[in-house]
Amino acid sequence: MALISSTSPHTTVSNNTGAFMRQVIYATLPGLAVLTWQFGWGTVINVLWAVVVALVSEALILKARGRPVAFYLKDYSAVLTAVLLALALPPTSPWWLTLIGVGFAIIVAKQLYGGLGMNPFNPAMVGYVLLLISFPVAMTQWIAPGEAPSLAQSWQLFTGQLPVDGLSGATPLDTFRTWAGNDSELASHGILDGQFAGLGWEWVNLAFLLGGLYLISRKIITWHIPAGFLGGLALPALIAWLINPVRFSDPVFQIFSGGAMLGAFFIATDPVSAATSRSGRLIYAALIGVLIWVIRSFGGYPDAVAFSVLLLNLCAPFIDYYTQPRTYGHNKANRGTNSAKQGGGS
Amino acid sequence: MSKSYRELALDGLWNNNPATVQILGLCPLLAVTGTVVNALGLGLATLVVLMGSNICVSLIRQYVTDAVRLPAFVMIIAAMVTVIEMLMQAFTFELYEILGIFIPLIVTNCTVLGRADAFASKNPVLPAALDGFMMGLGFLVILLILGGMRELIGLGTLFTNMQLLFGPMAADWQIQVVENYGGFLFAILPPGAFVGLGLIIAGKNVIDKRLKAIQKARASDEPKVSRRVRTTGKVS
Repeated sequence: MALISSTSPHTTVSNNTGAFMRQVIYATLPGLAVLTWQFGWGTVINVLWAVVVALVSEALILKARGRPVAFYLKDYSAVLTAVLLALALPPTSPWWLTLIGVGFAIIVAKQLYGGLGMNPFNPAMVGYVLLLISFPVAMTQWIAPGEAPSLAQSWQLFTGQLPVDGLSGATPLDTFRTWAGNDSELASHGILDGQFAGLGWEWVNLAFLLGGLYLISRKIITWHIPAGFLGGLALPALIAWLINPVRFSDPVFQIFSGGAMLGAFFIATDPVSAATSRSGRLIYAALIGVLIWVIRSFGGYPDAVAFSVLLLNLCAPFIDYYTQPRTYGHNKANRGTNSAKQGGGS
Repeated sequence: MSKSYRELALDGLWNNNPATVQILGLCPLLAVTGTVVNALGLGLATLVVLMGSNICVSLIRQYVTDAVRLPAFVMIIAAMVTVIEMLMQAFTFELYEILGIFIPLIVTNCTVLGRADAFASKNPVLPAALDGFMMGLGFLVILLILGGMRELIGLGTLFTNMQLLFGPMAADWQIQVVENYGGFLFAILPPGAFVGLGLIIAGKNVIDKRLKAIQKARASDEPKVSRRVRTTGKVS
C-alpha cells in the first residue's frame, strides 16, 4: 500500500469536466435501456448517430474558431448534449432529423455563443425546439408502448425507408390532452392505465429518476433543481386535480409522463444555463415545473419541457441577481428598487 | 460637398448599410423576407420612398425651420408611402395583400427618417437623391439576400411567385433547387429571419476584418523600404 506523505485533503477523485460529463452520460443508461425496451432500438441508433454528428460538428466549428480541437472534444460536453437530445427525440427519428438538431445545437446554440460555459441556453433543448417547430409531424410520432419494432425496422425508420405511420401511436400525454374532460373516453384508452402512471412512460421516467438519484448520490448535481422542478410540476397539478379530476390529470401521472424526469434531473440541471445560487435554483426549477404544467394543461403542445427550460434559461441571470447569497461578514446585498430605499448596500 | 458621389455609393451599399451597419428598419426586414418576391417588393417600395423623400426634403430644406422639421419630414414620407401603397394596390394587388401592413409601415422605417434628417436636410438635391438611392439599394440587397436564404432553406425554391411583381410572364421563373424538399419551417418563421440576419452581419464583419488586415499588410509594407543604413545587420 502506497503511503501518502502529503497533508490532507487526500482527494483522489479527479473532478475534471470530462469525468463529470461521463458520469452524467452513464446515469442516462437506465433510461436508454428502458426506452429501448419500450420503443425499440431507434433511440440507441439515434444516440450513437447523434454522438458522431456532435463530435464532427464540434471539431469543425472549433477548427473554424481557431480553438484547440482535441482539448475541447475530451471534455465530453458535446457528447452529453448529443445524448440528451437523442434521448428526447422520438425513436422513429430519421437520420437527417438528428443531424439537423445536433448540428444546430452544437454549432449555433453552443459554439457561436462562445462554447462550453458561455451558452445562455441549454444546447440540447435549442436543438429540440428547432426541430419541434420546423418538423412538427416527424417530432410527434412516438411508437405505441410495448409495440417495439424490431432492430431491422428501427434501422429502416432511421434510414427513412419505412414510413412511420404504421407504427406510431399516441403517447399518454397526447391521449390525455385530446380527451381531457371526457370521462368515458379517458376510461376507454388503456394507455393511461399503467401500473401507476401512463403505460410504458412510467418505466421510462422511473429509469431516469434512478439515474438522477445516482447523480445526486455522486454529488454531480444537488437536490435543489430536481426537487423544485418536480414540486413546481406536481403542486399545481395536485390542486387542479383535486378540483376537477376529469379535466386535469393527477400529479403522479404528470411527473411520470413525457420528459418530466429527464428534464428534472438531466436537462434543467445543466450548470451553465441554470441559475447558480441555491434559492435561485429552487425558484428557477419550480418555475420550469409550473410552466410545464400550464403548457401541458392549457397550451398547444402535449409536452413542454424544452420550451419551459429555455424560457427559464432566459430568466436565470435575473433570478441570480435577486438571489445572491449573503457573504459571511457582510450585510445582504440590496437589489433593484430596494437599494434606493435602504440607502445602498454594505 | 463633403462627400464624393463614390463615397455616398459605398456608404449606402457597404460601409453604412442601413440593414447590416445601422441595423435600422428591422421590422420589415425580418417580417417580410420569407421569399425573394416579398423581399424584392418591399425593398423596391422602400427604395422609391427613400429616394423620393430625400429629394423632397432636400428641396424644402431652406424653408423649413429646425423646430418643425421632423413633422414636415414625416408628412413628406407619409405622402410618398401613400403614393407607393396606391400604386402597388393598383398594379401588384396580390403582392400588396401579402405585404399588408408592412407597406404603410415604411413610414416608420427609421432609415427613411434617418436619411432625411441626417443627410437630405443638409445637402443639395443631387447628392440627396443619390444617397437615398444608394441607401435604398443597400437595404434592398440585404432584403434580397435574406429572402433568398430563407426561401432556399425554408422551401427549397428560389424566385417563386415572381408573377406577383412582374406579371404572368414571370410565372415560370421559379427554380426548384432541391427536388422533393420537405420544407424547413424554422427558416420561414421569424426566428429564421433573426438567425439569418445575424449570419449576414457576421459575414460582413468577417469580410471587413479581412479587408482591414490586407490594408494593414500593405501599409506596413511601405516602411520596410527604408533608406536608412544601419551599421549592423541587413538593410531590410
